[in-house]
Amino acid sequence: MKVSYNWLKQYVETTLPAVEIADRLTMAGIEVKNTQVIGGDWQGIIVGQITAVNRHPNADRLTLLDIELGNRKENVVCGAPNVAVGAKIAYAPIGSKLIDPHNNQPTVLKPAKIRGVVSSGMACSEKELGISENHEGILILPPDTPIGVPLVDIIGDAIFNLEVTPNRPDCLSIIGLAREISALTDSIFHEPEVRYSETTNPIKSQVTVEIQDADLCPRYCASLITSVKIGPSPEWLQKRLLSYGMHPINNIVDITNFVMLEYGQPLHSFDYEKITGKGIIVRRARSDEKITSLDGLERQLTREMLVIADKERAVAVAGIMGGANSEVTNSTTSILLESASFKATSIHYTGRTLNMPSEACIRFERGISPDLTIPALKRATQLMIELGNGQAASGIIDVYPGKIARKPVRFAKSEFQRVLGTEYRDDRIINALVGLGFECQIDVLTQGVVAKAPYWRTDINIPVDVIEEVARINGYETIPTTLLAQEIPARHPNPLTGLKRRIRNHMVGYGFQEIVSYSLVSLESLIKVTPEKKKPEPLPVRIVNPTSAEQEYLRNTLRGVLLSALQLNKSYSDDGLQLFELGKVYLPKEGDLPDEPDVLCGVLYGKRHNRWWQGESDKVDFFDAKGVMEGLLNHLNIAARFDKSNDPSLHPHTRAAIIAGDKQLGVIGELHPAVAGHFELNETVYIFELNIPALLPHIGQKEYKPIARFPATIRDIALVMDAAITNQQVLEIFKGFSLITQVSLFDVYVGGQIPAGKKQLAYRLTYQSPTRTFTDEEISKIQQQVLKKLTSELGATLRA
Amino acid sequence: MIQRLEELKQTALKELEAINDLSNLETWRVRYLGRKSELTRMLRGLAELPIEERKTAGALGNTIRNTFESVLALKIEVLKTSSIQQVTTKDTASAARQDITLPGRPFPYGKLHPITETIEEICDIFSSMGFAVLESNDTELDYFNFEALNMPAEHPARDNMSTFWLDYENERGERKMLLRTHNTCVSARMVAKLKPPIRTIAPGWVYRYEATDATHLTMFHHVDGIAVDKGITMADLKGVFFEFASQFYGEGRRVRFRPDYFPFVEPGVEVAVECVVCHGSGCRLCGNSGWIELGGAGMTHPKVLERGGIDPNVYTSFAFGFGIDRMPMLKYGIDDIRLFFNSDLRFLKQF
Repeated sequence: MKVSYNWLKQYVETTLPAVEIADRLTMAGIEVKNTQVIGGDWQGIIVGQITAVNRHPNADRLTLLDIELGNRKENVVCGAPNVAVGAKIAYAPIGSKLIDPHNNQPTVLKPAKIRGVVSSGMACSEKELGISENHEGILILPPDTPIGVPLVDIIGDAIFNLEVTPNRPDCLSIIGLAREISALTDSIFHEPEVRYSETTNPIKSQVTVEIQDADLCPRYCASLITSVKIGPSPEWLQKRLLSYGMHPINNIVDITNFVMLEYGQPLHSFDYEKITGKGIIVRRARSDEKITSLDGLERQLTREMLVIADKERAVAVAGIMGGANSEVTNSTTSILLESASFKATSIHYTGRTLNMPSEACIRFERGISPDLTIPALKRATQLMIELGNGQAASGIIDVYPGKIARKPVRFAKSEFQRVLGTEYRDDRIINALVGLGFECQIDVLTQGVVAKAPYWRTDINIPVDVIEEVARINGYETIPTTLLAQEIPARHPNPLTGLKRRIRNHMVGYGFQEIVSYSLVSLESLIKVTPEKKKPEPLPVRIVNPTSAEQEYLRNTLRGVLLSALQLNKSYSDDGLQLFELGKVYLPKEGDLPDEPDVLCGVLYGKRHNRWWQGESDKVDFFDAKGVMEGLLNHLNIAARFDKSNDPSLHPHTRAAIIAGDKQLGVIGELHPAVAGHFELNETVYIFELNIPALLPHIGQKEYKPIARFPATIRDIALVMDAAITNQQVLEIFKGFSLITQVSLFDVYVGGQIPAGKKQLAYRLTYQSPTRTFTDEEISKIQQQVLKKLTSELGATLRA
Repeated sequence: MIQRLEELKQTALKELEAINDLSNLETWRVRYLGRKSELTRMLRGLAELPIEERKTAGALGNTIRNTFESVLALKIEVLKTSSIQQVTTKDTASAARQDITLPGRPFPYGKLHPITETIEEICDIFSSMGFAVLESNDTELDYFNFEALNMPAEHPARDNMSTFWLDYENERGERKMLLRTHNTCVSARMVAKLKPPIRTIAPGWVYRYEATDATHLTMFHHVDGIAVDKGITMADLKGVFFEFASQFYGEGRRVRFRPDYFPFVEPGVEVAVECVVCHGSGCRLCGNSGWIELGGAGMTHPKVLERGGIDPNVYTSFAFGFGIDRMPMLKYGIDDIRLFFNSDLRFLKQF
């Protein structure tokens, strides 16, 4: 909201610089985003009067002006067309700071000869003064402007750009802000004096008002002004509207806007002649009712919306905007002026639904006081008499079904200590509150505080509201800084938080770069992770009101974001890529909030190592991915195995489920070539995925076993078997012998002397007993048994 | 015999002197001190000598043996030292030296995402002040996101938090599930779920229906916290932020509290920290104010506590919340928030 400091100063007597006011307001909770000072650079520029206009001897379009400055005279050369003897102008002497109209840069006025004539200073245009873009002619001041006074005293100003919080509708007005400044700077505040004579028949004989839906309209007040003359409003009033950023329309409309800005109470003027039956009815709109609002648009209304109607039709959307059918036009002579109070939530709903965030709507939806209706109504009536040449009917209409007596807030003074951690002296409490218009007493005996908020402070209801006011006016810097003294509460840390941190650190240690990507994605990005671009079943969680199709769904997999990341980064570099994300996926649940498990997803792509001076590097393969998974699971003390998987996004020949107990923890494999194709990835992608919450129950306790005291014996065996037999099957056999404490596969061989359809696996077996040293014979005996079992169960034989 | 011993001594010591490497030394040891050495043989044969000679020869033989052992030990030491010296000094030509500026074997390296690092740092600081770190759903009920926080339907404060709604309708045909617009909903859940004393913080994604540009996204990160106990005051809230700012931004960093409004706190506060660049004197980064807005806070509104079943006449509470993404932006001078989330390694590998 833009507010002129000059305007404020009409109601509050302060001479503090604008920046100081801006700072006080900001530090009291009414944020001044910025302050535009008009005339801050006008040192030396004063009001002058043109006493003579002479032709320039050498130029037709230039004139020589004699300027009276009160205590001296100056001659200047001027190029403006609007010069006239007697005109009051802004005179800038040599050395003044002005805006160069050609490049909009600030410049210092230098002594100059223009076409052979010395100009001692300059008569300024609005653009040169930095007020507006107008450079058509020089600025002409009102005829009653005193000569010789600094220009800044006449038209200087500061415009505050304010951000008013939703709890302070009273500060969406000049008077409200002036009251605030008065309280903050301890300066005198005065409200405008409103007095006018009522000269025509009683209003009650000329119009009726009926409130049918009092729940949405606690109060409706109106006055009637006849014989008005529609015309432009005076310049001072137009200037006020312009300073706020509103455009003047005509005297009547401008007055309603002016008083709204001044008091914060939206008003509406109807053309009295257009009110059918001379009766106002405040009611809910009918279900199929329509109205064309003042902006010319037809609005479809609903039963939830309130309208102002006459006997036949709606004439305004209550609290939002008037209707075209009762608009004040140039031929209007009688004004029915409305000043009413509407239910805030209803106005908010209507404004939001009709998408009409009007100035009236912004004020009503924040809950202004019903007691504001009368002062604003009377002020506008007065101005319509003064500026619109009108005559007021006697009396006003005031229908007030929603009157609520506001009770004072009572609390113990010790609450200040309990809430703020500090105390205030009684006089500081009382001064702060009285300055804001409260009535306040502190009982000496009971130390009880009784504070009655002024009517315009609809936000004050409970003790903390009053406590905040006292803290605010005294400044939050008066509150001390202390450390929490209470005992630290019992904490029940979520094991997932720590687990995720461990996994992230582990992945980074393995050389994976973490990415964090949006959870809102397009449906396309989710279906691209299947070979045949199948729509997921069930469909992922959809947003009703997405900003775009790109962010319409909550992701149900991380695969898409990682593959997209590969696609993006491979275009920048041919280095190998290892990426992971550990984040949520969102799985729909019928009738409830979705499940949001955390998932680790990682991808490997391209070179194992970047190009190096000792030769080219290999490309990553399935066993790089598997090694990472095995390392991670080992680090977490999870005993897992790799088993068959039917994950459709993975290559049917190279994919595995990661299983612990009978639960699947995740998958690992080569990305299906069709999916790689969807992301334009021409190298093989290896991918793994772990469901983080699923890991938790399988994380084993760390256990200490003493280091074996007796020496181990190591034997290597090479086994020949059918190519279809897996390493896992062989390991299961070894597992049956407790004295084999360690098995490592050190060779896999096919071809050569190995018959077709067979393969050779070579293992190093470690035999060790916790209780004694084996003899060679004992070892050979056990190994015979192992071989026997291998042969009988898997058909594996020792290599000849 | 004695003469033979003397001769043996002379020869052996002379030979030893000439030896230059450790393997020849071993040969020497076998020859003169080994089980089959002449000295050993002679000492073994002492028994055959007459008693007088046996005594003298025995003593001499043992002395020689001791001499051999000690000079051998000395020689080993000398040779070891000189061989290390040789290895490290021999051939100082550059070709024999490693070019230690050649790149090392390239292990792939990865880094944590800067937002992850920031969240971890924030959580660690609040943990050190006794706050438990919680995580909750990104999807939330209208009740916890708004109503429990004093923002009933059609409250104007909802306009500052334009909401994404999930495509779910309840049995009454209402849409009541949404993407949380702040993490204060987690605090609301904690107030409803836990008994005081409570001290929790919750980091995570939040969502707002907003136009995207270099400083605004439809989804970004927030951390919100709450403390509930007897005797908690706004002075304590100041203390918590003072401590946080000292730990996160550096010792002695000033913190400014300014009145502000959030429906779920009263009094409400906007918290600002002394600008990281100009230290309060005013610069481009802080818009010449000297302060950088950190977030919002205040004393939890009595109605919010009441709704969670906590008696506001017995307990007091403060709550706070602030955006996370802006912190590394300020720290590193990043001018576009979108860089964090588009997975470009040219950006991410810098942290």
